[in-house]
Amino acid sequence: MDLKEKIISSYVAFEDGVNINSDIHEIRTEAFQNFEKLGFPSKKLEAWKYTSLNTILKEDYSIFPDKEKSINLADVKQYFIHDIDTYKVIFIDGKYSSFLSETTHDSIDVCLMSSALTKAKYKPVIENYFNKIAKQDNLTSLNTAFSKEGAYIHIPKNTEVEKPIQIINFTTGTEAATMLQPRNLIVVEQNAHVQIIERHQSLTENAVLTNVVTEVYADRHSTVDFYKIQNDHISASLVDNTFIEQQSESVVSVHTFSFGGNITRNNLNFYQKGEHIDSILKGITIIEGKQHVDHHTLVHHIEPNCESHQDYKGIFDERATGVFNGKVIVEKEAQKTNAYQKNNNVLVSDKSTINAKPQLEIFADDVKCSHGCTIGQLDEEALFYMQQRGIGIKEARALLMYAFANTVLESVKIPEVKDRITRLIANKLNVNIGFNI
Amino acid sequence: MYLKSQANSINNMLKIENLKASVDNKSILKGLNLEVNAGEVHAIMGPNGAGKSTLANIIAGKEEYEVNQGTIELNGEDISELAPEERAHIGVFLSFQYPVEIPGVSVTNFIKTAINENRKAKGLEEMPAKNMLKMIREKSELLEIDRKFLSRSLNEGFSGGEKKRNEIFQMAMLEPKLAILDETDSGLDIDALRIVANGVNKLKSKDNAVIVITHYQRLLDYIVPDFVHVLHDGKIVKTGDASLALELEARGYDWIKEEMIS
Repeated sequence: MDLKEKIISSYVAFEDGVNINSDIHEIRTEAFQNFEKLGFPSKKLEAWKYTSLNTILKEDYSIFPDKEKSINLADVKQYFIHDIDTYKVIFIDGKYSSFLSETTHDSIDVCLMSSALTKAKYKPVIENYFNKIAKQDNLTSLNTAFSKEGAYIHIPKNTEVEKPIQIINFTTGTEAATMLQPRNLIVVEQNAHVQIIERHQSLTENAVLTNVVTEVYADRHSTVDFYKIQNDHISASLVDNTFIEQQSESVVSVHTFSFGGNITRNNLNFYQKGEHIDSILKGITIIEGKQHVDHHTLVHHIEPNCESHQDYKGIFDERATGVFNGKVIVEKEAQKTNAYQKNNNVLVSDKSTINAKPQLEIFADDVKCSHGCTIGQLDEEALFYMQQRGIGIKEARALLMYAFANTVLESVKIPEVKDRITRLIANKLNVNIGFNI
Repeated sequence: MYLKSQANSINNMLKIENLKASVDNKSILKGLNLEVNAGEVHAIMGPNGAGKSTLANIIAGKEEYEVNQGTIELNGEDISELAPEERAHIGVFLSFQYPVEIPGVSVTNFIKTAINENRKAKGLEEMPAKNMLKMIREKSELLEIDRKFLSRSLNEGFSGGEKKRNEIFQMAMLEPKLAILDETDSGLDIDALRIVANGVNKLKSKDNAVIVITHYQRLLDYIVPDFVHVLHDGKIVKTGDASLALELEARGYDWIKEEMIS
């Protein structure tokens, strides 16, 4: 039985754990039918031309792990940003861990999707926002069909959330292989500000496939800073489907740091539904071995006077492969749009690959849109210069790579996150130098 | 006389014998000999294409040059198989003719990293931040470097003069045994030239040596050499004292070529 069949035949069992006589379940079953029709994406689809899921779909995944697992904080503390006070919404094998979490209902809601989908008091928000901007494509539909648990964050207007919120999904791998469908909803009302850090972390070598969907609604004049730390075990794969709708004068930034994992696919979609919006999409990818990271971005400029800034840096060693597909649509009404897209890549090894594809569809005539894509090697002259000053070749290369990626780090607003990323980069490049640039 | 040369061969900081080197199979150095002792300043002059920069890069260990024959010894140790950073660790410093721009790495962080990597290679702890700051302050004052300059990306958008001053600043920080200044005077106006030369002179001691590679005599008004060598067609063809530089300035190189033929 292939994975699709296995998923379909498991659905009745999944339904045992949810209220099938609810509006939400209507949405789920519709999505289920959609997935049943579409199946998993194949390389024949244009959007999946350079990323094949075949190897990871062969695993015999446990579809919805049901047993409660517990883990010791000491064993996983390293995966938290622990030097600052934060809210935490933590899941172990898809189940909420009240022990590791720190949620709140004190003026803001930082809690669970399972509550939000079932309790009456959340109904208005769920009705307005749940599954409204998520695409009806293969994998998003699959997630919607199984949507039950995840983080639910609701920030009322004029609220500045002082503490960042960490969302971490741990997999223990006590099942042979695990498939997860986390579903997050983040609603940020007018003039509110929130910072979110998301991480998926497997704790063993067993295969994991996470297919996460996150919907973010940023109302007028709100600010959302989202940091995605992708440094998972080499046996873990991730499909991240993030959909962001912005209203006038809102600023939303998403930084994606991809160092770990087997196959990682980021589908990051921005929809600008007002004027004077700023959308910021940044990423650093540093991979090696047979790792694969695919960034598929979409910025949909619908209204006039908005901006988008994309800056993706990739460093590919050994046989690693990268994909950058950056689509920018500027509608006819979206005059005075400023849309910038930058994608710079370094191929460290002659066996590494990057497939880069900027896609600009511009229907307005008074806009500034630019895209720049480069593929290069490390500068030999610069390496010799650094070596001449006593810096070893490995460290010199690391310093050059860090400097190359640094434009992305500069806009990280939480110093502890920046420090953590810097350390992850040093680890990834196997050097022990401080990059305090 | 015999005793003196004995003493010299022990004290030689740099000893190059019959060095033949090529790049892309093109022969550039064709049997070069040079001895430099601690406490000395040597100038190497010569027309374009004579091999001056090649010599500097070979001493520093640049890989694209192939040493076909001969030896390079530093303090009695053959360094020709050492990596560039290993040569740096034992005290070789090259002030680049064209310092490389490294966007994203600040002057301060770069020099900190360089100093600590040198210390690591010697089995020393990292330099305490306080000492590092003090040293940066002192050496930047010596080179009259603006503090703001230290936080800029290394060499990025620097003027020619700023780049060269930054090279000598790094030299001051790293305190090398053997400093090779490859056309450090090019691109400098007269004020910058004086600052750079002054910096070099202050760093000179009986324990270190300086090789100044230049086209022009004017730098040698400020950094007075003990020896002047003329490099021509891959060999040192004439050696003299500081007055030779003046003569070259006045008469050019042709008379030396004629002298060689006769």
